[in-house]
Amino acid sequence: MDLRTTYLGLPLRTPLVVSASPLSEELDNIKRMEDAGAAAIVLHSLFEEQLTNDSLELDFHLSHHTECFAEALTFFPEPQKFHRGPDEYLNHIRKAKQAVQIPIIASLNGSTLGGWTAYAKEMEQAGADAIELNIYHIPTDTEMPGVEVEHTYLDIIEMVKPHIKIPVAVKISPFFSNLAHLAKEFVNAGADGLVLFNRFYQPDINFETLEIQPNIIFSTPQALRLPMRWIAILYGRINCSLAATSGIHTAQDVIKMLMVGANVTMLCSVLFRRGIEHLSMIERDMILWLSEHEYDSVRQLQGSMSQKYCANPSEFERAQYVRALHSYKPARY
Amino acid sequence: MTTIDGNEAVAYVAYRTNEVIAIYPITPSSPMGEWSDAWASADTANLWGTIPAVIELQSEGGAAGTVHGALQTGSLTTTFTASQGLLLMIPNMYKIAGELTPTVFHVAARSLAAQGLSIFGDHSDVMATRATGFALLGSASVQEAMDFALISQAAALESRIPFLHFFDGFRTSHEVAKVELLTEDDMREMLDMDFVLAHRARALSPDHPVLRGTAQNPDVYFQARETVNPFYNRCPEITQAAMDKFAALTGRSYQLFEYHGTANAERVIVLMGSGAETVHETVDYLNDGGANVGVLKVRLYRPFDVQRFIEALPATTKALAILDRTKEPGSGGEPLYLDCIAALHEGIQNGWGELEDMPKIIGGRYGLSSNEFTPGMVKAIYDNLALKHPKNHFTIGINDDLTHTSLAYDENFSTEPANVIRSMFYGLGSDGTVGANKNSIKIIGENTDNFAQGYFVYDSKKAGAITVSHLRFGPLPIRSTYLITRANFVACHQPNFLERYDMLASLIDGGTFLLNTPFDRDAIWPQLPRQVQQHLIEKRAKFYVINATRVSRASGMGNRINTVMQVCFFALSNVLPKAEAIEAIKYAIQKSYGNKGEETVARNLKAVDDALAHLHEVTVPDDITSAFNMPPAVSPLAPEFVREVLGKMIGGCGDALPVSALPCDGTYPTGTAKWEKRNLALEIPVWDTEVCIQCGKCAMVCPHSVIRIKAYDEKFLAAAPPTFKACDARDREWAGLKYTIQVAPEDCTGCAICVDVCPAKNKSETRLKAINMQPQSPLRDAERDNWDFYLSIPEMDRRLVKNSTIRQQQAQEPLFEFSGACAGCGETPYIKLVTQLFGDRAVIANATGCSSIYGGNLPTTPYTVNAEGRGPAWSNSLFEDNAEFGLGFRVSIDKQTAFAKELLNQVAPLVGDELTQAILQAMQNDEADIYEQRERVSELKNRLLNIGSLAARQLLSLADLLVKKSVWIIGGDGWAYDIGFGGLDHVMASGRNVNILVLDTEVYSNTGGQMSKATPRGAVAKFAAAGKPAAKKDLGLIAMTYGNVYVARVAMGAKDEHTLKAFLEAEAYDGPSLIIAYSHCIAHGINMTTAMQNQKAAVEAGQWLLYRFHPDRAEVGENPLQLDSKAPKIALEKYLYLENRFKMLTTSHPEDAKRLLNEAQQDVYTRWQYFEYLAARKMNAPTNGKELTKLS
Repeated sequence: MDLRTTYLGLPLRTPLVVSASPLSEELDNIKRMEDAGAAAIVLHSLFEEQLTNDSLELDFHLSHHTECFAEALTFFPEPQKFHRGPDEYLNHIRKAKQAVQIPIIASLNGSTLGGWTAYAKEMEQAGADAIELNIYHIPTDTEMPGVEVEHTYLDIIEMVKPHIKIPVAVKISPFFSNLAHLAKEFVNAGADGLVLFNRFYQPDINFETLEIQPNIIFSTPQALRLPMRWIAILYGRINCSLAATSGIHTAQDVIKMLMVGANVTMLCSVLFRRGIEHLSMIERDMILWLSEHEYDSVRQLQGSMSQKYCANPSEFERAQYVRALHSYKPARY
Repeated sequence: MTTIDGNEAVAYVAYRTNEVIAIYPITPSSPMGEWSDAWASADTANLWGTIPAVIELQSEGGAAGTVHGALQTGSLTTTFTASQGLLLMIPNMYKIAGELTPTVFHVAARSLAAQGLSIFGDHSDVMATRATGFALLGSASVQEAMDFALISQAAALESRIPFLHFFDGFRTSHEVAKVELLTEDDMREMLDMDFVLAHRARALSPDHPVLRGTAQNPDVYFQARETVNPFYNRCPEITQAAMDKFAALTGRSYQLFEYHGTANAERVIVLMGSGAETVHETVDYLNDGGANVGVLKVRLYRPFDVQRFIEALPATTKALAILDRTKEPGSGGEPLYLDCIAALHEGIQNGWGELEDMPKIIGGRYGLSSNEFTPGMVKAIYDNLALKHPKNHFTIGINDDLTHTSLAYDENFSTEPANVIRSMFYGLGSDGTVGANKNSIKIIGENTDNFAQGYFVYDSKKAGAITVSHLRFGPLPIRSTYLITRANFVACHQPNFLERYDMLASLIDGGTFLLNTPFDRDAIWPQLPRQVQQHLIEKRAKFYVINATRVSRASGMGNRINTVMQVCFFALSNVLPKAEAIEAIKYAIQKSYGNKGEETVARNLKAVDDALAHLHEVTVPDDITSAFNMPPAVSPLAPEFVREVLGKMIGGCGDALPVSALPCDGTYPTGTAKWEKRNLALEIPVWDTEVCIQCGKCAMVCPHSVIRIKAYDEKFLAAAPPTFKACDARDREWAGLKYTIQVAPEDCTGCAICVDVCPAKNKSETRLKAINMQPQSPLRDAERDNWDFYLSIPEMDRRLVKNSTIRQQQAQEPLFEFSGACAGCGETPYIKLVTQLFGDRAVIANATGCSSIYGGNLPTTPYTVNAEGRGPAWSNSLFEDNAEFGLGFRVSIDKQTAFAKELLNQVAPLVGDELTQAILQAMQNDEADIYEQRERVSELKNRLLNIGSLAARQLLSLADLLVKKSVWIIGGDGWAYDIGFGGLDHVMASGRNVNILVLDTEVYSNTGGQMSKATPRGAVAKFAAAGKPAAKKDLGLIAMTYGNVYVARVAMGAKDEHTLKAFLEAEAYDGPSLIIAYSHCIAHGINMTTAMQNQKAAVEAGQWLLYRFHPDRAEVGENPLQLDSKAPKIALEKYLYLENRFKMLTTSHPEDAKRLLNEAQQDVYTRWQYFEYLAARKMNAPTNGKELTKLS
């Protein structure tokens, strides 16, 4: 079975890519991912804000309470060099590249324009095959119009692209008023691919402590509907790679995403739940399904169920919601 | 040239000229070891291309032993120490010298603990070593300290006499000065390799074995002792030759005895150390004015070269004043004085030198414990020498109205040259003032031809500490080794200091005053106290204001106003052209903060750029218009001793206290901290009666005992101030009583740890709790009234407080309050708990360290008394002997109690059998028992008053011992795990009823974060820059092996009820008890407000197990060990990386961090398994005297 696909211009053995997650922080895991059949790996994100906070925190703790008391003018030895900032991440890229043959995609979340470009360049120099811009922004300012938010995204892409030669994917959220238009703008700004969609941590309430607390919830199979719809809409209408992420847990989920037009599918939650080695099961199931349904290759089905090529394109638009309601029948009346 | 402080200057040489460095931290010498460790961590090589081995020991005694061993096996070895540390090295010093082993001990000379401990500088410690056989070489300035470090190294190697190189603690060790840096080539040139190789050839080696350390008998010991004479005879010549060689290399010339003054001087002062610089400066000034005086600086004090000494004196010398910076009570004179007399006598007899007749010789003491030594004092000494009958055995610098030893002096006499710019900065420790000033000295020192000097005066308090920086800049080397009293520039970095310190008294006419204030130039004048206005007007001062706090906050720097104020200083002082200065500041920022991140640099640079736009000159009006004066340091309601003695110290005028004002034996009243209202908190906790569930947790964790709880009858509310809060007590046992949580507004440090632990949330606004922080200023007056009213409500009857639950127990009155501990301190809540539970019958032995500093540092003491006048009796002996000291309490108390019982039996017929038996048989197990016993003893004392027998009189003096006393031995981990462990072990083994509380911060907190054996694996500490490689010592486990020691490991932030239970059990146990208490600390690099959460995380991660090992359980066949925490439930990483001590390793040594994290996680699993096993063991049933079951 020919499972080959391309993503961001990178030829891949299969469409099974591991998405950015803490799993890729360990080199051993990266090797296991390759062994289990991953076609590419998106590394965990480098968060510029985190780096900045870490360095401010370090400075605070190294200077706080110093030069106050005659007996204790300092409290910590201060090394001449701190391996601050992106050093560790860049080393990780280098080591990952040495450890595996498959493409390594670095993931970057900047907080300043200077940070986006500088870190992207350093990631390229460290050997990343591509960069995923993990633009992770929840606007809450009541004075900020939506168009300004969109420009923020576009500015980042336009700033980064000229500085690097490797392809750039943009991981976006679905929360835009007209995603189709914006997706096109992203491509015009230089994006080589879009990753749909970023899942934000959803805060929860702890009844006991009456505190808001971040609650990491793994994606459910239902989560794939949203990216599936949008990939279906965008396929063939914008000139870039499309990666599907969120809720992809089985071979069938992968195939659905490919059918609507995804170049690759990105997996995370399922690997946390069932282990990295589960990747090989998904690949095996894909082959079985494709064989059973008499497909020769992945390319054959890619986009086949997109809005452009499906029998009833309007199913992906608003009417589909009404239809869905009509078809819903509660278990008991 | 470079700017450097004395400690770094010495360490710079010592590190490069040695192979092994064995140390133990002690103020003020600790930085020398720390520099060495830092250089070794950075792979800096010594002169011969190898990285010296730097090792921290468990005590100075241990360091000296290691030095001795390393020397015996041929390594070039050194150590750094001071004060009590040097005393602990003395036994080895005799050995090292006796074996003619070349080494140099570098000593930042410091006072010795006598009537009180002092960390400051004098020669008491050095003088205590003068019989050891070490050569004693004293340097007087930072430059000399660096130079003599090398000269002593060279002379020691050649002479084989070990050297003690000393320089004045703080005055030289901590003074930052511009000096000529020695090059490594200079050092190589000075050290003759033949002597290095000869030293190595004498090493103990099985390849050419010898034996040293014999036991010698009366037949030969004496002769053998005399064999070293030729070496001592040659030593001065060798040292002078080294000085001459050094002069040829560097141009800086030194003499063993160095005379400065007119060639025909008649009056000469002889002294050593930094005071010689001030005398030198004064001599020049006086001689310029036509006087005819000189100073003889003693460099090499041992071996004392009599001939050189006498030859150095001018032939015209008629009168000599020999100054000692030490006191030898009961002697015929202080050491240098006696040596000089003997030398003169012998020298003149032998015809050495040009003196024909014995001059007039007097001796005097000066500068003990960094007491100021000024030109005015020097002049007074010369004036005294000019008298026909000068005062001998005088003191200078104090007012001795007791034995009238002191010389009067002119405080206003000044020799400060006009071309020296003198600046003073009053800062808050946390605002970065000192750091910025050190930076300014570097900038000026390295960017101009000026010489520079910086000296910094620190507070005795840890929370809200004030710092005063004294900076001098001038075209010539600065010899003014005394504080600035005539400043061209005074800066006040914290506006509230204006009401506390008369800082403008030092400003010269026409000087500049810079004030950080929230008020702008048009509004500031009425905000100044009258005294400040008066100074500004009378001195025609130039006055500038800036809202530095606002500028800093806008730059993202928070309250660190240092950069902003530094820019203003440069703008106003004109030491450098403004633009040049700003460039230099920016360069320095890049250099200082570049390794920590661009954002830190960017924020500082923004502060620089924004500063000058906010600096404004204020036109000083002609009239004093302020409506208020500087308030007195303490309330006029305070007792006389507090007002007249402690109040002077609080107000910064302790120097002016006469001898008669001070206790002769170091005994001070307790309960004085309450008079020192420091008003440190910007925000204080405010109680919400509606939300509060009255759990008592806020009071329990309060490090400064400012949150108090009382339940009381409603009648006491009759005269309550209008804003005083009260509600019904919720506890069923207190039904019908009113309940109040009151905050002491002026004693709170604003740490907010109470808010963090409060479990009750406002149901409508969940961000609020039952206690919330609000700005102090608007609340201060009302809450002060409320606090005073609260104090007027009687304390609860201790018999009615159930002390086994926190909600009631916290109503017990703390007898430890308002200490100078850090805001959010993790140790003090435990001490407070001890005083609440047992304080009215406790006697405390406190090891030196943080707890002795916030517990016993003058001016005021936090230990206090209850309404009956009872409270903890407290004392600090030493660092190393605290367990034994406390055991002494116990043995003594037990003996006296037994004797009292014997006496009671003797007088029973007279006082009555019933009372006698009631007293003798009282159980005293709870508060009610204790109360009743006190009543009985009171009655006994009444009856004894009417009996005139010796037995009755004796019993009267001992009767209070018939009420149970609680002996507490308190200290930190440095004491318990390291320096005092041997004693602690012995005391535990003694089986005596003592309660040992180890406040385990897992690091030497008081001396600045050096590793102890309590430091956990992977933590970064000084001497563990790459993370501590070894696991934490398990003190609890060691103690359990005795079987009869009660052991508890507690963490208040994790399980407060468990802590309470452990303290009660420990005290109740009739044998030794050891409580190891997790104490978070600023040295952990944490947010102190949420530090109790760190304690919880440590327990949840299994890093800190909670348990109680109760020997009594074994008596009844139960397992004595009870594990009180659950199996680890969070990854260790989650706890460790809450704390900078662990987290910084991930950026400084990422690979080590990963490895050590894994190892530490393994420690957690192993420890848990082991303790789980121990706690699950089935024990033998009680034998009741039958034969033990044999184990198969």
